[in-house]
Amino acid sequence: MNEQVNVIDLNAYFGHIHVLKGINIAIEQKQVTAIIGPSGCGKSTFIRCINRLHEVVPSARLSGEVFLDGKNIYAPDVDPIEIRHRVGMVFQRPNPFPVLSIYDNVAAGLKLNGVRKRGQLDGIVEESLKMAALWDEVKDKLGASGVSLSGGQQQRLCIARALAVKPEIILFDEPCSALDPISTGKIEELIFRLKQDYTIIIVTHNMQQAARVSDRAAFFLLGELIEFDRTEMMFEAPADKRTEDYITGRFG
Amino acid sequence: MTSLIYYHQSQRERHMERHFDEELAELKQEILIMGTMVEQAVDRAQEALKNLDAEEAHQIILEDRRIDEMELTLDEKTLRLLALMQPLAVDLRFVAMVMKITTDLERMADLAVDIAQRVIELAGRPLLKPLHDIPRLSLLAQQMIRDALEAFLKEDTEQAKKVILKDSEADQLRNLVQTELIRDFMEKDVSCVSRALPLLLVARHLERICDHATNIAEDVIYMVSAKVVKHRPRTF
Repeated sequence: MNEQVNVIDLNAYFGHIHVLKGINIAIEQKQVTAIIGPSGCGKSTFIRCINRLHEVVPSARLSGEVFLDGKNIYAPDVDPIEIRHRVGMVFQRPNPFPVLSIYDNVAAGLKLNGVRKRGQLDGIVEESLKMAALWDEVKDKLGASGVSLSGGQQQRLCIARALAVKPEIILFDEPCSALDPISTGKIEELIFRLKQDYTIIIVTHNMQQAARVSDRAAFFLLGELIEFDRTEMMFEAPADKRTEDYITGRFG
Repeated sequence: MTSLIYYHQSQRERHMERHFDEELAELKQEILIMGTMVEQAVDRAQEALKNLDAEEAHQIILEDRRIDEMELTLDEKTLRLLALMQPLAVDLRFVAMVMKITTDLERMADLAVDIAQRVIELAGRPLLKPLHDIPRLSLLAQQMIRDALEAFLKEDTEQAKKVILKDSEADQLRNLVQTELIRDFMEKDVSCVSRALPLLLVARHLERICDHATNIAEDVIYMVSAKVVKHRPRTF
């Protein structure tokens, strides 16, 4: 197994609040890693440190190193924009660009990167929508507004948008929490297929979802990484009592 | 065994963090009740054998229906808990092991029925020989059932290991009975086979009951510690 993301002694802060405390974790390539833990435990902050989104919040800072394919993404010569290309992100609420069409939503990142040729754009838009399992539902209305789609379709549109710029890693921050079970099932199925080509890190509050989609799971509590293991071990026989208390609902 | 159920109730009252815990506690109680019924069936089968009491044997066979019903009820409950509560970690291991233990208990009850059927075959004629090892084996089986259930109740892996270690004792007793019946009776006098064979089978049924008690003990170890000891060389 190749370690694609290697986090060394990561500490993150909002002002004086210490939200991530000495995190060390190695995330494998083309695997799904689930991040679980109660609200406020630092899950979202953790994944936002992997694509340098944490630092865009005023008062946020961090220390430690995050290696992406062996290169520290916090080294002074690294352009955060490039990192955000390589590490895509899908958020909790589907957030397609409201004024853009379905087509333009997917093409937006490419256009920003200077891809202008219609043929090339068409090809990547189609390919991305197909990978996001949305093509068949929207191929006849690519000019329609992105927000005219249902919630589940909008979320898949956002996945297509993330895929279009050909990232290596996709971060999902509770991607199904606003979706119904059918849309959730589609996203989970998609995640399962996407891991053939991408490394996936997913934050979820849904234990069954973490169990269904992930190969490995990490349990965070109060900013610390408590346990990180193969998902079946985490859900059948976790080593740490705190993990067990959380996943069995005995917590707190 | 009744005292085990009281122990269980007193434990329940101590901590009640989740509604789900109540359901798990009920499941535990029902396993204990079913186990008690199985132990009684084995005990009664032994008494019926001692007295060659065909009427009692018929009664044991009839009453097996109650244990079958318990199996159905427990199956339904465990499946419902899996579907509705989606238990994980220690809860998942508990519910999954309850499903397996239920099956073992029901099989044990069926073996008690098998013994009762042997009693019916043997009744009406004097016993071939005074019984020594079969009563010992029956007591051992009942002890193993009780100890396995106690290990389950108290989630006690040490107690479970003791049950597992007793299994070889059961095998030895079965072999003793078998050797004696074949060598001293069946080989010497073919006409006694119809009276010797049911006894030999009783020993085999009892030994199988001990095997199921061992299964329960192994499941208890998995339930408590997530360690698989089944089909592995004994390390304790």
